[in-house]
Amino acid sequence: MARIVLTGNLRLYTEGVTELELESGSIRSLLRELRRRYPDIPEDIEDELAISIDGVLHQDDWFAKIEPDSEVHLLPRIAGG
Amino acid sequence: MAAAVEKIFDDAVTDRKTRDKSLKWVGTRASRPDGVDKVTGRAKFGADTYLPNMLHGKVLRSPHAHARIKSIDMSKALALPGVKAGVTRDDFPDYPAGAVQPAGEMVINYRDMTRNIMAREKALYEGHAVAAVAAVNERVARQALSLIEVDYEVLPHVIDVDEAMKPGAPLVREDLITEGVEPTPQEPSNIAKRVEFGHGDLDSGFSKADVIIERSFKTQPVHQGYIEPHACLASFSEDGQAELWCSTQGHYVARGHCAKLLQMDVSKLRVTCSEIGGGFGGKTVVYLEPLALALSRKSCQPVKMVMTRDEVFRASGPTSGASMDVRVGATKDGSITAGEAILRFQAGAFGGSPVPAAAQCAFAPYDLENVKTVGFDVLCNRPKVAAYRAPGAPLGEYAVESVIDELAKTLEIDPLEFRLRNAAKEGTDSSYGPKFGPIGCVETLETAQSHEHYLAPLKPGQGRGVASGYWFNIGGQTSATLNLCEDGSVALVVGTPDIGGSRASLTMMAAESLGVELDKVRPLIGDTSALGYNMLTGGSRVTFAGGIAVHGAATDMITQLRERAAATWDIPVEDVEWHEGQAVAMNGYKNREDPMGLLDIAKDMAKSGGPIVGRCSTNAQGAGPSFGCHIVDVDVDKETGRVSVARYTVIQDAGKAVHPSYVEGQYQGGAVQGIGWALNEEYIYDENGKVENSGFLDYRVPVCSDVPMIDTVIVEVPNPTHPYGVRGVGETPLVPPLAAISNAVENALDIRFTELPMSPPRVLAAIESVG
Amino acid sequence: MARQHITTTINGDSAEFLCDTEQTLLDVLRDELRLTGSKEGCASGDCGACSVTLDGRLVCACLVLAAEVEGREVTTIEGMASGDQLHPLQQKFLDHAALQCGVCTPGFLVAAKALLDRNPDPTETEVRYWLAGNLCRCTGYDKIVRAVLDTAAEMRT
Repeated sequence: MARIVLTGNLRLYTEGVTELELESGSIRSLLRELRRRYPDIPEDIEDELAISIDGVLHQDDWFAKIEPDSEVHLLPRIAGG
Repeated sequence: MAAAVEKIFDDAVTDRKTRDKSLKWVGTRASRPDGVDKVTGRAKFGADTYLPNMLHGKVLRSPHAHARIKSIDMSKALALPGVKAGVTRDDFPDYPAGAVQPAGEMVINYRDMTRNIMAREKALYEGHAVAAVAAVNERVARQALSLIEVDYEVLPHVIDVDEAMKPGAPLVREDLITEGVEPTPQEPSNIAKRVEFGHGDLDSGFSKADVIIERSFKTQPVHQGYIEPHACLASFSEDGQAELWCSTQGHYVARGHCAKLLQMDVSKLRVTCSEIGGGFGGKTVVYLEPLALALSRKSCQPVKMVMTRDEVFRASGPTSGASMDVRVGATKDGSITAGEAILRFQAGAFGGSPVPAAAQCAFAPYDLENVKTVGFDVLCNRPKVAAYRAPGAPLGEYAVESVIDELAKTLEIDPLEFRLRNAAKEGTDSSYGPKFGPIGCVETLETAQSHEHYLAPLKPGQGRGVASGYWFNIGGQTSATLNLCEDGSVALVVGTPDIGGSRASLTMMAAESLGVELDKVRPLIGDTSALGYNMLTGGSRVTFAGGIAVHGAATDMITQLRERAAATWDIPVEDVEWHEGQAVAMNGYKNREDPMGLLDIAKDMAKSGGPIVGRCSTNAQGAGPSFGCHIVDVDVDKETGRVSVARYTVIQDAGKAVHPSYVEGQYQGGAVQGIGWALNEEYIYDENGKVENSGFLDYRVPVCSDVPMIDTVIVEVPNPTHPYGVRGVGETPLVPPLAAISNAVENALDIRFTELPMSPPRVLAAIESVG
Repeated sequence: MARQHITTTINGDSAEFLCDTEQTLLDVLRDELRLTGSKEGCASGDCGACSVTLDGRLVCACLVLAAEVEGREVTTIEGMASGDQLHPLQQKFLDHAALQCGVCTPGFLVAAKALLDRNPDPTETEVRYWLAGNLCRCTGYDKIVRAVLDTAAEMRT
């Protein structure tokens, strides 16, 4: 089971839960499982997220692999200048 | 395509050490392919094109900081001879709240964007576009503006972030309920959002501290200050197809915004990016482009629109002004036990300041067990803020690095040593969550410690300051094509506007990956019809993501070249390798065939299978962050309050500097922008919310005589997710200067300034009140 | 109001144009003559991106009325190279990477040439103060100053 950490305001959709364990797979399967558990999470949440898998940053990457021992952080989308 | 890109990464990791020793182009100071056009004035920037039958567009802008627009009467203006079209809010679609769509690296709220380019219910800032006309020349267009009648109901306005947060402040949006707060507020306010980051237990952390320093900071909004004002030329045909030429950091992004605002198919709009005269984040959005397109659609003539410098200051997006509280605790031996920051940022007329990124980056250089950052995104009557180099991070780190410095001084520990004791390293849980991979934080600090600048004695009256800086960097969608020409030369087509020399680095990486002479590869920045999607130039992504795409295209081309050579030699392709720009028969066929270079293969490519085109379209992930450390010495003139920078050194991790001169250039340019932000730049408003200093005379950016040479040290801690180890470098240089200079001034005067800019009147007042 | 007919010399060639009374030399160079190398950064003489010389004197073209150049000599960035030979300043700017976006570069080159024409051996301070009327937001000025000093040294040998 991968360790998932929710940063920023995501905890407002999960009744304060900021850490959970989810089946490994891909970013897309992770988000689907997260929305299944916490239906308050908006449909298009992934448009507002950056996702770090074991310290490597992903943005818009449905099929990025999440391993059983991965540590995943959900962050706000990063925009530069 | 995903499989091909993964293979690139594997090659990079296993071959890097050997590859580094044998690099021919990457790491050298090659000549820049677009250089001659730029030094002769031949290069065409946004305002440098003209089309037959062209009209000039001009914008009528609100003279009020906040006003309801009751009516707009264009009739007299449209009746003026020479005026061919006019547009107002009625010519642009309204989008409901929630019309949010990813566009490039940002998520765009089109309800806000349609209002920012042309006011709807209210004018929300002085300079807000209210109407636009296109006429046969500028004089007639200006005259037409004076004939437009707008009935305004002037409303009270608010600009300062703390004032905007107070209960009873004039509301920029009457129905705005703060997001991110529980329970949901009942009353509207100007606070669009609250965000929070961190981990650990703050109270426990502070209870362990021997010293706690707590400070509040205030900064004024500043502008990116690009020398080239926004400019574009739009041309609509009667069949609904359009062409747009504009100065932009992202022509694919501009295309998407304009297509949405003009309600047309994206594919019917072809956007060409001109050369761009500076952006720094300020040209990642559209202002004039949708207006020029709408005017051109109405008149069926090309419409050129260029902002004046006055309009750039009044109507384009500057950074946030901020109000910040920071508290940091440490033990006697210099271990930070807890860090807290509360950041309040101006978002301007619409939500979306970079306060979340600021909150995430503020403590990023440190390995902290207990950290909490809170950010507030606050509306006020100013233009919607646009990005400015590592948006948010310069402000958050200004506040934190100032307090870190005070802590070090109180504990009598050298400021670099104090930072080193608490530095983030590979494996550290970052202040915003994920564990860091390989990073250069410690390396930049150690380099600073042993640098000749840090060891040099100060002259009497001088002060020295240091500060760390950090930015995440991004990757993003990028496409590149390598076309083999019939004479063996190669055309490289990329889709990212070249702001600072990226054409050079991308060409160097292409030549390196192909193993050919640099001069054989010529770059071109294609328009939006030439390639798959390209995210904009920004986020320090072009050398990183562009490099991945270019290397990918080269790898793809090499596969095809090997196949053609194998077919020509009638041997299996597994027995053909590509070495130093040539196909070489290997194994049993070695020495049977002469190697074939690009020309040999190209001259017969029609017969051997057709055109040879290497392609790569990818969404580059795994951007590596860049840490920096700045050292600055200042002199303070106690009679005038003027702070002068006597010496400046930038030390920053580039992963791998593809073209060291342009990496140094990013370091130096960012440092000097930071000097301006720290010492002179600020928007000055009158009591009606109007900008008083909308020109370069009174909005004082650093001039040549203000600054010394800026020394640089390029640290290289390779980024394992890039074929050449590249990390983005463009943004981090603006992050440390504010605190580094503030710390230097404190060292010189023993006065801690907590307000920016530290302009002569403020410094003088502080000196006089102390002494 | 009738436009004025102006005859002048630009980069050694005779040129003529029609202009409105209020048009500046910069407006005319760009919009009438299509010499777009001189740039408008501010239209108030503060940024130097429109630097040209008028009878050998460095000026901001945005502060000169087009009508004022009747019978006089104007040089712009377009006149700096000779055929396919870049001026040493232009070459040194490339060698030193003294440009990033390049929009301020024509102004800096014209201004730097005007300096070296009158002072072939400037100190770093003299270079910085002479160029204080040209704004650059990308480079931080370091490589620009180095390029000018290096050109001066080379031209003296």
